[in-house]
Amino acid sequence: MVRQSLELNSDIPLRSTPSKRVESSVFWIPLPTNAYTRFIDALPEDPRVLQLCALITLFSYGLITKVFSFEPLKIIAVFSAAFATQFIGSLINAIRMDTRSAAVTSLSLLLLLRADNPMIMALAASIAIGSKFLIRLYGKHIFNPANIGIVTLLIVSSLMPVGSSLSGAAWTTPGQWGTAIWLAALLAGIGFIITSRAARLDIPLTFLAVFAGLAFARAAWLGDPISIPIHRLQNSALMLFAFFMIADPKTTPDTPLGRILFAGLTATLAHWLIFQNFISDGIFYALAIMCIIRPVLDAIALAPAYTWPKHHNQNPACRDAAQQNSPFKSNSHFKRKERH
Amino acid sequence: MVQVKPHKDRRSKIAAASLGILMASAGGAVAFCGFYVAKADTKLFNSASKVVLVRDKDRTVITMANDYDGPLEDFAIVVPVPVVLEEGQINVGENAVLDHLDAYTAPRLVEYFDPDPCQVLEYQAITATRSAPMADAAPEGRNKSLGVTVEAEYTVGEYDIKILSAEESDGLTQWLTENGYKIPDGASDVLGSYIKQDTKFFVAKVNLDEQAETGLKYLRPLQMAFESPRFMLPIRLGMVNADGKQELFVFALTRTGRVETTNYRTAKLPTGNDIPLFVKSEFGAFYKSMFEAQTKKENGKAVFLEYAWDMAWCDPCAADPLSKDELKSLGVYWLPDGGPVTGRRSIAPSPAQDVFVTRLHVSYDAANFPEDLMFKETGDRQNFQGRYVLRHPYAGDAKCEQATTYRKSLPERFEKEAQTLANLTNWDINEIRTKMNKNDQSFDPPKKTPWWKRLWNNDDETDQ
Repeated sequence: MVRQSLELNSDIPLRSTPSKRVESSVFWIPLPTNAYTRFIDALPEDPRVLQLCALITLFSYGLITKVFSFEPLKIIAVFSAAFATQFIGSLINAIRMDTRSAAVTSLSLLLLLRADNPMIMALAASIAIGSKFLIRLYGKHIFNPANIGIVTLLIVSSLMPVGSSLSGAAWTTPGQWGTAIWLAALLAGIGFIITSRAARLDIPLTFLAVFAGLAFARAAWLGDPISIPIHRLQNSALMLFAFFMIADPKTTPDTPLGRILFAGLTATLAHWLIFQNFISDGIFYALAIMCIIRPVLDAIALAPAYTWPKHHNQNPACRDAAQQNSPFKSNSHFKRKERH
Repeated sequence: MVQVKPHKDRRSKIAAASLGILMASAGGAVAFCGFYVAKADTKLFNSASKVVLVRDKDRTVITMANDYDGPLEDFAIVVPVPVVLEEGQINVGENAVLDHLDAYTAPRLVEYFDPDPCQVLEYQAITATRSAPMADAAPEGRNKSLGVTVEAEYTVGEYDIKILSAEESDGLTQWLTENGYKIPDGASDVLGSYIKQDTKFFVAKVNLDEQAETGLKYLRPLQMAFESPRFMLPIRLGMVNADGKQELFVFALTRTGRVETTNYRTAKLPTGNDIPLFVKSEFGAFYKSMFEAQTKKENGKAVFLEYAWDMAWCDPCAADPLSKDELKSLGVYWLPDGGPVTGRRSIAPSPAQDVFVTRLHVSYDAANFPEDLMFKETGDRQNFQGRYVLRHPYAGDAKCEQATTYRKSLPERFEKEAQTLANLTNWDINEIRTKMNKNDQSFDPPKKTPWWKRLWNNDDETDQ
């Protein structure tokens, strides 16, 4: 959104053009001064470059602080499976191989999913990337790749009979990132910049606002001290999810209204699953369910589909196919006009 | 849960147990694990709670240790439970099984003896263990309607038990007060929160006649079995008027793998460190200091993993694995009848026993642990144990070249051990060095042998 405004009207601070901006019609961040927008503008255009840097940093942090242990086999397994699947998918569809997406998905899986067996991690990576090619609608893939990889493995792990090799094969560690305020703030800060760049800032902000609102409302209803909802919101895993998973531009609605509904409903569903139904992985299930519903949100709030920035996504076949298949007949990224 | 004492003559005390809670009295409130200071001299952690959680899918069996040693008529306990329990869902267990589980999973000290540097190696390991202690107790209640329903009443073993449900916290607070529980300020809010989450309350006191019949001088652990998606331990009630930190040990027995907390970080206790020899005589103090120091390092916000192992074996064994009967008594219902009976020490992994044990240890307070502990079972079956190593230098006579090099390397190794110990425990490094010096771990380099001693086969006295 920030970026879009820049392109539309690069000399005018965002704040002064609220009525003209489509993407940030809800969130008025007081920050977007000229300096801030120049800063954002100076960053690599493809948000995935920033995301990769951030994920690598986080991965290193996780290793140092022992959120997880260093297991080279798993790293190799995940990257190999992701890149191989991406390669095969690209070959079959005769499109150029998108290495950045495969790398982002691999790192996300390594950050969020745990398994003793490297093959299980590889399976998650293949499912994640494979879903991009196999489960599509209107030229867009339905599921957030890392998310569906995680969710599929979690479901399989919990449904298989105890004693079978897949029972308990994969799990998540929502508590392991801890609740240190500085880490949550740092994650939010980095995520803020990246999602700004991807014009998806409204997603994490809506998600967190709704999740926080529900947490405080629940505490008020129960008569719990405020330290309880605050403790829940300080969870770094929540920030990681909000800024690095759910905000994926390719699997979120294309209009601000759609995105706000999407993020708000995901937060509501996640809160309900976690706190009413005691499903600790509720946040991942919530996103998977919302991804299934997303095409409906897209239909409600029509807008052109997101494509990765043109100069990187040199694959004309992919882009064209996406545009031809899209019911929205998008133009290119950020060139859309308001439709209010 | 909570242990509470009835407030007789307005002087009763109440203790809250690890699971939940409870109450206080004129003499000062007693959190199950916190306040009641028992004999600190005999116990490593002087007021800790021990809880065993057996979990398979939605099924939970919980065993709460009871080392209350006050007047029996003063004992009472209040535990939030997710459902109304039938009589058959409540049982009284044996302390011995808990003690065994505690010993089996305890952090351990291992000893190695350096081989003769001039010979081939052989080693020997022995283990020493320390375990930690627990809980306390309090009073009881009577019946009156204040939006409080006594859903069920049973006498199980030496306990008279009531299961309460309540409509609102004021009524419950009043009911408890009228029935002899003095509720500390703040408990009412916590009770209200549990009530709104549709929680029931398990209240127990001692039936003196039944207790006399058991012929035992102590109270046995209470057990309950129920089905609920909530895999958690209520600790909030116990913190209401706790002063300072409380110690809790959770022993989880599961089928799939290690258990960890989902709303707090679960950190592994440092393990495998070489530490100075004098620690052998103060392992208890070492473990306690180390635990404190590590908790501090995690800003007081972490739960510590002390042991995670397949119940079929151990290495080194601090105690034998639990037998099938012992496991069954704790609620491990899924073991087949017949089949191999384990419970014997086995150093090599024997066939998996379908029981994975996790020992968690947390030192908590309201500031860092505002919420109840929520758990999840992971698929992680990697073994982990808190294990600390003593390495005895070779004491015999050795005169070869290697022996000289070996002896030269010792001061450096001792220094490393001193620093490791200081890092682990925050003990003063100079004191550590002094103690090591007194314990045959000298930092002085071996005396230099004059060069001429080697001339003319004169090296008889050249021993460093």
